[in-house]
Amino acid sequence: MTAFSFSPPALLPIIVLLPLLGGIINGLIGKRFSRQVVYAVGCTPVLASFLLSVMVFQGLRGAMVTDPSAAFRFEAYHWIVAGNYSFDFAFLADQLSAVMLLVVTGVGFLVHLYSTSYMDDDPGIARYFSYLNLFIFSMLMLVLGKNLAMLFIGWEGVGACSYLLIGFWFKDMDKAEAGQKAFVVNRIGDIGFVVAIFLLLAYAGGSVDFDSLRAHFSDSARAIDHAPTITLICLLLFVGACGKSAQIPLYVWLPDAMAGPTPVSALIHAATMVTAGVYMIARMNFLFALSPHAMTVVMLVGALTAIFAASIGLVQNDIKKVLAYSTVSQLGFMVIAVGAGAFAAGIFHLFTHAFFKACLFLGAGAVIHGLHHEQDIRKMGGLKAKMPLVNITFLISCVAIAGLPPLAGFFSKDAILAETVALKPEAEKLAGYYEGGFKRQAYAQAGVAGAEAADIAKVAAAEQGIRKQYIESVEHLGMWRKVAFALGLCAALMTAFYMFRLYFMTFTGAYRGDHHTWDHAHDAPWPMGSALAILAALSVVGGWVGMPFAHGHYNFFYHWLDPVLARGKELIEGELTPSVEYSLMGLSFVVASIGVFIAWQMYGRGVSEAPARIAAGMRPVYNALLNKYYVDEFYHAVVITPLRAVSRALFQVVDRVLVDLAMVRGPGYVLVGLSHLGRLAQTGEVQAYLIGTVVGVAALAWYLI
Amino acid sequence: MTAIPLGHILTLAALLFSLGLVGVLTRRNVLIMLMSVEVMLNAVNLTLVGFSRYNAWTEGHVLAFFIIAVAAAEAAVGLALVLSVFRLKQTTYIDDLRLLKR
Repeated sequence: MTAFSFSPPALLPIIVLLPLLGGIINGLIGKRFSRQVVYAVGCTPVLASFLLSVMVFQGLRGAMVTDPSAAFRFEAYHWIVAGNYSFDFAFLADQLSAVMLLVVTGVGFLVHLYSTSYMDDDPGIARYFSYLNLFIFSMLMLVLGKNLAMLFIGWEGVGACSYLLIGFWFKDMDKAEAGQKAFVVNRIGDIGFVVAIFLLLAYAGGSVDFDSLRAHFSDSARAIDHAPTITLICLLLFVGACGKSAQIPLYVWLPDAMAGPTPVSALIHAATMVTAGVYMIARMNFLFALSPHAMTVVMLVGALTAIFAASIGLVQNDIKKVLAYSTVSQLGFMVIAVGAGAFAAGIFHLFTHAFFKACLFLGAGAVIHGLHHEQDIRKMGGLKAKMPLVNITFLISCVAIAGLPPLAGFFSKDAILAETVALKPEAEKLAGYYEGGFKRQAYAQAGVAGAEAADIAKVAAAEQGIRKQYIESVEHLGMWRKVAFALGLCAALMTAFYMFRLYFMTFTGAYRGDHHTWDHAHDAPWPMGSALAILAALSVVGGWVGMPFAHGHYNFFYHWLDPVLARGKELIEGELTPSVEYSLMGLSFVVASIGVFIAWQMYGRGVSEAPARIAAGMRPVYNALLNKYYVDEFYHAVVITPLRAVSRALFQVVDRVLVDLAMVRGPGYVLVGLSHLGRLAQTGEVQAYLIGTVVGVAALAWYLI
Repeated sequence: MTAIPLGHILTLAALLFSLGLVGVLTRRNVLIMLMSVEVMLNAVNLTLVGFSRYNAWTEGHVLAFFIIAVAAAEAAVGLALVLSVFRLKQTTYIDDLRLLKR
């Protein structure tokens, strides 16, 4: 690498602030600009950020030649200093951040470009680009934050932008409410996240800086010897991740989030924001790796989400809803990965998923745009003829997400499933880590405090027992990996099926809508088309960076992330032998092919009675799937209705009576009443007042003398 | 010339003061009330002068002159007020002057 004339750390704040600048300009005075100026102000900063990100990436590669664990740090100033606690306003670009940086700015720019065409008839274009730029800004804060507090700023920022963009067409009540739902559900997750940050502050030496946290939790001498505390912190962090990354039970907002403009769904609700939870867990790998129990919970929630959402996706008829449930399901895969300790695989899937899912959403947007806002796939079909470019890019990304080699999704999904069964936590090492806690427990259990030989032996025996118990409990967790693997495999099968069902119903067969729309249907204009083409190309080649055994025993993507994930890897053992790896690859391929084949049988060969027959044969199952397992209805009955009732009761009693009447109006009424009494004394007769004065003075004189 | 005992002076002053007070409290005509106030002031003057003389001080005398001057100013302002009230209401009777009550 030649010498760089710039200093990469100094680029970090510029990368972050450019989109903010664009957002502010468009937000404040964008209304007065012509459309072209708004487009330019919206797109240019993101493109510039992307180019600078590439420079940072190259700089990082250069720096890694001399120092394999190099990272760029930029510390702007001390943000909050209070006692022993301190937060810096600082950026960190390590290998993980660099990957996210490229994805966010790269896909972000393509979506901006696409939007110039997709939103070309919308009057609120300045507002739209302003929100979109603010989103990119927040997302960059999230991935470049050097500590949890900075990450949290971005975390909340993307949440707010997501809310604004879901409810972008706020005159439609349903869309405004969908935005609100997303916001509220995310808040629930954020509570867990904030509490986890506070706990970390309390237990990890007063700093939530990633570098110092990692140092703290790597040093077993200083380590927390409370295994339960670490598990609790991890679970609370995961609650936050559940909200942002749409996992059970907080996934309900994501399908509704499709109310926003389609490019927004592609960028925020598929490629970037929703992966923040996965990113955060991978970032905190050094902590999660310490708690196999919490990891297992994470993995199982991911597996359940993957299969649950995939099964709903099987029968949905709205093109965006299918993709939404597919996103939830793929996020489930990523969460399986980080829960299984396959952090690199999780980030790898995040990386590839960003390309093909963004491509799918943008393709769906092109279809919707071409068909005058028709979203029901039952009214589509045969669009291959009208939209050749959209057709080919959509097909490529369908193949990629279904997991057929050699496209991106195959390698990443296969890596997740393979590592889920191959890895296991290093129970012995972990037990060594928690020694202090075991010792304390042993003393309590043995009920002695003395230093006599008999006592010491007793304590040692108790300690041995506790240690053994812990190791066994960790080893017992292994069976859940098989469960997650099985669920993941089923979800992969469903993925292949519903994606190709979507493809066949949209692009092949005969058109089922009205002729007027058909006549006006058109292929994507160039800004849309070029974004689609680039993303489709990336969906093909994106997986190759993580191809196993591509260069002997060397996987570029994993190797790249090693410095960040090293600590997590230390505590999780297991390696895939090539034979196992290849057989699992074969299994993945077979499963994906079966899914595609069934879809082709049912939807790809012209009009078929099979779907209707199967639906009729399993009416209750079909209805449950079609209605998304009635989860929304369930939440409405169990959470929302009681909450509203309690709120109403509180409003009527506490607010109306206690606050309004007793505390606000009450004193007023009392004063008015007293004033009425006082008014009686005011007769207006001067001499009456004078008598009062004289009597008063006389009384005073009497008292004094 | 024998000095008038202090007790006599104070008794006279007390009588004058009470007379003025009763006048202020009972008379309905504002003019009479003002005159009664003057009587009360002069009763106080008498007390001051009496004590001054008894103790052979001069401060009381000075203060008495001071009060006479202020009383003159007060009477001027008071009479001017009465005059303008009379122009407004065509009366100087206190019972009719209860504007603030209504």
